Amino acid sequence: MTAAGYSVLGVTAVFVATLAVGAYGWRFSRTTSDFFVASRTVRPGLNASAIGGEYLSAASFLGVAGLVLAFGTEMLWYPVGWTAGYLVLLVLVAAPLRRSGAYTLPDFAESRLESRGVRRLSALLVVAIGWLYLMPQFQGAGIALAATTGTGPWLGGVLVATVVLVNVLFGGMRSITFVQAFQYWLKLTALLFPLLFMVGIWLGDGGISPASVDVGDAGPAGDSWVSPLAGTDHELYTTYSIIIATFLGTMGLPHVVVRFYTNPDGAAARRTTLFVLALLGVFYLLPPVYGGLGRLYAPDLVASGRTESLVLELPARMLAGTLGDLLSALTTAGAFAAFLSTSSGLTVAVAGVISQDVLGRRFGGVRAFQAGAVVAVLVPLGLALAAEGVGVAQAVGLAFAFAASTFCPLLVLGIWWRRLTDVGAIAGMVVGGGCAGGAVIATLLGVAPVGWPGALLGQPAAWTVPLAFLVMVGVSLATPRRLPPHAARTMVRLHTPEAVQLDRGTPPR
Amino acid sequence: MRDLRRWLRPGHLGTEAELATFRTLHSASRSAPELREGLTTESAERAVRHLRDLLGVPAVALTDTVTMLAWDGRFAHHERDTAALAANVLESGGTVVRDRKDFSCTHAGCGLRQVVISPLVVEDRVVGTLQAFTSSASAGLVRAATEVARWVSGNLELAELDASRTRLMEAEVRALRAQISPHFIYNSLTAIASFVRTDPERARELLLEFADFTRYSFSRHGEYTTLAEELRSIERYLVLEKARFGDRLQVTLRVAQEVLPVAVPFLCLQPLVENAVRHGLERKPGTGRVTIIAADQAGECLITVEDDGVGEDPEKVRRALAGDASDDSVGLGNVDARLRTAFGDDYGLVVETGPGAGTRVLVRVPKFAHGVHP
Repeated sequence: MTAAGYSVLGVTAVFVATLAVGAYGWRFSRTTSDFFVASRTVRPGLNASAIGGEYLSAASFLGVAGLVLAFGTEMLWYPVGWTAGYLVLLVLVAAPLRRSGAYTLPDFAESRLESRGVRRLSALLVVAIGWLYLMPQFQGAGIALAATTGTGPWLGGVLVATVVLVNVLFGGMRSITFVQAFQYWLKLTALLFPLLFMVGIWLGDGGISPASVDVGDAGPAGDSWVSPLAGTDHELYTTYSIIIATFLGTMGLPHVVVRFYTNPDGAAARRTTLFVLALLGVFYLLPPVYGGLGRLYAPDLVASGRTESLVLELPARMLAGTLGDLLSALTTAGAFAAFLSTSSGLTVAVAGVISQDVLGRRFGGVRAFQAGAVVAVLVPLGLALAAEGVGVAQAVGLAFAFAASTFCPLLVLGIWWRRLTDVGAIAGMVVGGGCAGGAVIATLLGVAPVGWPGALLGQPAAWTVPLAFLVMVGVSLATPRRLPPHAARTMVRLHTPEAVQLDRGTPPR
Repeated sequence: MRDLRRWLRPGHLGTEAELATFRTLHSASRSAPELREGLTTESAERAVRHLRDLLGVPAVALTDTVTMLAWDGRFAHHERDTAALAANVLESGGTVVRDRKDFSCTHAGCGLRQVVISPLVVEDRVVGTLQAFTSSASAGLVRAATEVARWVSGNLELAELDASRTRLMEAEVRALRAQISPHFIYNSLTAIASFVRTDPERARELLLEFADFTRYSFSRHGEYTTLAEELRSIERYLVLEKARFGDRLQVTLRVAQEVLPVAVPFLCLQPLVENAVRHGLERKPGTGRVTIIAADQAGECLITVEDDGVGEDPEKVRRALAGDASDDSVGLGNVDARLRTAFGDDYGLVVETGPGAGTRVLVRVPKFAHGVHP
């Protein structure tokens, strides 16, 4: 059997398994018991694995390995930021968000600011972020399938979109904790197992430093590859912008927030986040190692611009014969499992918001959800097929920048500042979202200029996030009469541990 | 084209008299929602402006039986007189007119010379007054003030109705709490007693379950709890019923862990499960199966309580849901009403049943609803 044959087999197995779990998902989704186990809530460890399973997108780890291969160590800020985002989440957001009782971000906006207007705007932003984050997933799937089987660059995206849609339409109206938790360990195995073989070979070859070789004209030389801030223009600004976007964008991702609802209380939400930090920290060690090994064993990918398929091709290049082909098929299957899990989580979250806040009561519950799912998948698929020029990791970065410019100020100020008003929140989100969104569109269309303006548009977070915070604070201070009537009571509920006995009161409806 | 011409014709919105009526109705409708909250300082302050618009006088005051609640208009130094003036109608119960003899004034240029005082009456009891201050009270103003006071009284009576409906709902929850049926207590204790000698360890466990179950049901609890808490109590209840019925009672619980933190009205499932056990077993021979399913459906949780018992006449269930308490379906109407109050009319109970066909009760609960917290 050929290498491509193994990969096709692996990907098909992943597709079939996903559809089977979707069809028979109730076996996993429901605790069947006689007595005394049914009311046991999800433990933080399991929930953290599920968050990891949904959050670790193939677009991110394929992209990071490729970026490290091409541009060197300063690209490590991406995995660091994607992990550290949960540190910010842990310290500032996790427990109060859980105590608010919100299931989605629009729910939080409504319960904190007691305004339908903020809710509607939040719903629109959730859909926008969901689309922006789904797009690189479909793009990445296309790249992955093209790299391993030589098909057209669009087929992988269409396949993943179809499987996700079929799954969600026929009974997959939930993201099952157990299945998502399994996904994390599958991804970790799919990357770690081949890596053990490859590191063994690298040590056998003498353990040469990746910085000691030269990859020719296409990439930076060894010295600048390992030293930070030694690459392109406006390096310092770009680095800070990446840090801000990734650190602050995580809390605005719709499929991450939905998962926190499963925690029984605020303390469990914090413990879950702590576990997530550990799990992501372990996982994100792996893609940079692929990047480093790629510099030694697959340097031609830099010149040909196919760095994103590094993770998929490296095992076959380093290990001769069937073993290499099998391990390559394993990483490919792992990547597709990741495409599916992240896309499913996002689709469920986006479809839920579309059906609840956009389609409203015109359709029944299930019908509205299914219609929402179709919209949630088809739009980003169209975008992915149209915008082929944008790097996958860059598109993921833009989604984070957009989330950081809109929901980060809403969540942080909403939780920690009593004087936030609904008008202030709307103004901040409109300005932050407008600026970041404009930058995203300019980048997607490829009309970004060079020099400083190009840097500002390509990595907008460093100026859009502070701007959104400033506008939100300023407008809130200017409209003190718009303070939500029950702000004090809401703040007490957000910040008091559940164990403390006090009258939290139910606000009059 | 003809339509357009009719629109452009002057006065298409109505004659002067009609416009005046519209303005009056508008002012009245603006104050109605404020008054529906009952007669408090806040509601009076918001409503009094619209009442002055209605009457067209320089100043209007609203009082309860002892103090002033709100004043709108000029010459506010007369605020201090309103309490004394209110006493004038408390005995008589009818509209009276008073002048400067009853409220002295030393201010130069004060235009308030007469006041029309009308009582606000709720259920044949004077609860406050409406006072219209003017330079000279015409017969028309007296009549208008009387009518406005009567209209305000009507709205206050509606407010009273709202309040008593809420009180009734709360009382029903309290009753539900105390409604652990004597039969259940008697049967549980008998079942436990039968184990005391043969299996003391099991008897001890059952007694502890019994204690925990009653503690939860009687606890001074808020309006809402989590589905996990509610299910835990139901599990205890089923353990006790199983001790009594033994293998005759088959129970299946299928619960998606993701929906356990959902907020539900306190004791909203307990009556449904109790009904299922009774219908499923008590009135038929052989074994009965009770199935409780809580499924995750994106933004909602779907809870199903099902039994394969004797079923019920759908008409009877409809009456129980409409609030007819004579039926033996414990608390069905109460649960339905509380779900609708908490989550809106889309989230009422759905009961599927027929004679001999078993019963299935479906409860949909949104994962988030504004103002609903456990």
